[in-house]
Amino acid sequence: MSLRECRRKFVNAFMFALTAFSALATVSVLFVILGYLVYHGGKNINWSFLTKLPTPVGEPGGGMANAIVGSAKLLFLALLVGVPVGVSTGIYLAEFGGKTMGFFIRYTTDLLNGVPSIVIGIFAYTVIVLPMRHFSTLAGSFALGVMMIPITVRSTEQFLRAVPNPLREGAMALGASKWRTILTVVVPAAGSGIISGVMLALARVAGETAPLLFTAFSNRYWSSGWNDPVASLPVMIYTYAIGPYADWHEQAWAAGLVLLALVFVVNVGTRLVLARKVSVSR
Amino acid sequence: MHASANMTERAALSKAPRAFLHRLRSGDEIAHIITLMFAALVVGITALLVYQLWIQSVLSRQKFGWIFFVTHVWDPLAGQFGALPFLYGTLVTSAIALILAVPLGLGTAIFLSEFSTPRASDIFAFLVDLLAAVPSVIFGLLGIFVMVPWLRTTVEPALQSTLGFLPLFQGPMYGVGFLAAGLILAVMVVPFIVSVSREVLIAVPREQREAALALGATRWEAIWKAVVPFAKTGIIGSVFLALARALGETMAVTMVIGNDPRISASLFAPGYSIAAVIANEFTEATGNLYLSALVELGLVLFMLTFVLNGLARLLVLTTRQRGAGHQ
Repeated sequence: MSLRECRRKFVNAFMFALTAFSALATVSVLFVILGYLVYHGGKNINWSFLTKLPTPVGEPGGGMANAIVGSAKLLFLALLVGVPVGVSTGIYLAEFGGKTMGFFIRYTTDLLNGVPSIVIGIFAYTVIVLPMRHFSTLAGSFALGVMMIPITVRSTEQFLRAVPNPLREGAMALGASKWRTILTVVVPAAGSGIISGVMLALARVAGETAPLLFTAFSNRYWSSGWNDPVASLPVMIYTYAIGPYADWHEQAWAAGLVLLALVFVVNVGTRLVLARKVSVSR
Repeated sequence: MHASANMTERAALSKAPRAFLHRLRSGDEIAHIITLMFAALVVGITALLVYQLWIQSVLSRQKFGWIFFVTHVWDPLAGQFGALPFLYGTLVTSAIALILAVPLGLGTAIFLSEFSTPRASDIFAFLVDLLAAVPSVIFGLLGIFVMVPWLRTTVEPALQSTLGFLPLFQGPMYGVGFLAAGLILAVMVVPFIVSVSREVLIAVPREQREAALALGATRWEAIWKAVVPFAKTGIIGSVFLALARALGETMAVTMVIGNDPRISASLFAPGYSIAAVIANEFTEATGNLYLSALVELGLVLFMLTFVLNGLARLLVLTTRQRGAGHQ
């Protein structure tokens, strides 16, 4: 074996090792994050954390019940904003949209998807907080809902397009009109996919902090209705993590664990459902 | 269901099939129009977003003009607003992020698409997707409590003692600063580079690899000389996508950059970024000019990500089509 060949073989093996190392390094970050959160969060999570209100500053104990409920409220309303618009637009793109119109709307959706979340926050501030003159659950939900739209549109369109054409043709051959075919055959066939897409969009916005800072704001008590500022898990994590108190830091870890668990359960769950569906249809 | 059965029956009995056809059509038309209205709403929302950013930043745009981008005094009390420190912070942290994330992400993507078994590749890709799903505030949490102390006590002293002759690595070490923000951004954008690059690499036709191997290339030579060049535009697209993410990333950066509007050569020094200053000062902005200056920063961020995302999409699309054309 010549020297040159040796060198080539060596480079080959070396680069193999290097890329394998990169892959391991990338994935290990995930486990480092999980490890720290489970360790620090698990230590500090307890029943009163989940069920009690925050105590006044300096007083130990208390929890983040208001933030957990607040996040749920924000997400529920965001769902009402994002899903009808997102799914309908997805249906339009997959079933009706012509070439030019389809391209234009798809392009705009992608543009909206790329807008940084803090800019979405400014947008919600200018159209809802400024006219109403106060922070509200409504404004926060609007921001999150707008963020959900492009993700939902894309997944809905994708899953509708995956529905085989013979299904559509069969329904139409039986005399069903196009809209009836879509409503009773195509959408149900893509149903689990569309729902998974919505769940993933929800998991994505559940962790968003930046658009809530000046829309939903935060507080330390229960807020009723949709018109008041409301606490949420991500904003509480932020506030507590940069705060100066050790017991705040402990609670920030616990809240982080709750949030991450929520996001991961939804992600893993929907992906498993989708994977099974794909293997069945094969 | 009953109603529809009735309708079909009646239609079958009808002497005027044309009227029935018309009704059917109009049903389709209504569905078409309803979904189109929602689609138009998406366009409307996006247009409103741009309009609001433009209108709400008018005070600042008129008062400062282009000077806004080249002055470095940010003094809300005196009504002086210069965006340079924030632009600088955003660009420096994003540059650090890319310098670290591109080799790591590309290496990972190459391993997953070329070396590993398809099954392992899928599992890794799933884990990378999970990493992408981690909320940015969680990255910030680990940044504050784990990464910053580690940088302060271990990494920054080591860098200073080895590369301290460069101005980049001089000065006091705080832990928080440009380096911390860049490092955390790198970790956050790697998943984007990996998932897009892996996709475009997988889309490269088999013949590319086989031809190179048949000519006696080693596997690495085939990858580096035949596969990666073929996927080059797509990979560059993924880097643009990652850059757009890094520029707009808010929470994690805000938590570790130090939030000090200064321009320093040292990467150890605290700084500020566009997104971070919006997050920190928006609720406290008193006076219309202050708010308008912050909205203008938002507009800048929007423009930057708009251009980068557009370019990225174009590049990724070109590669995919090229790959598809060869199959």
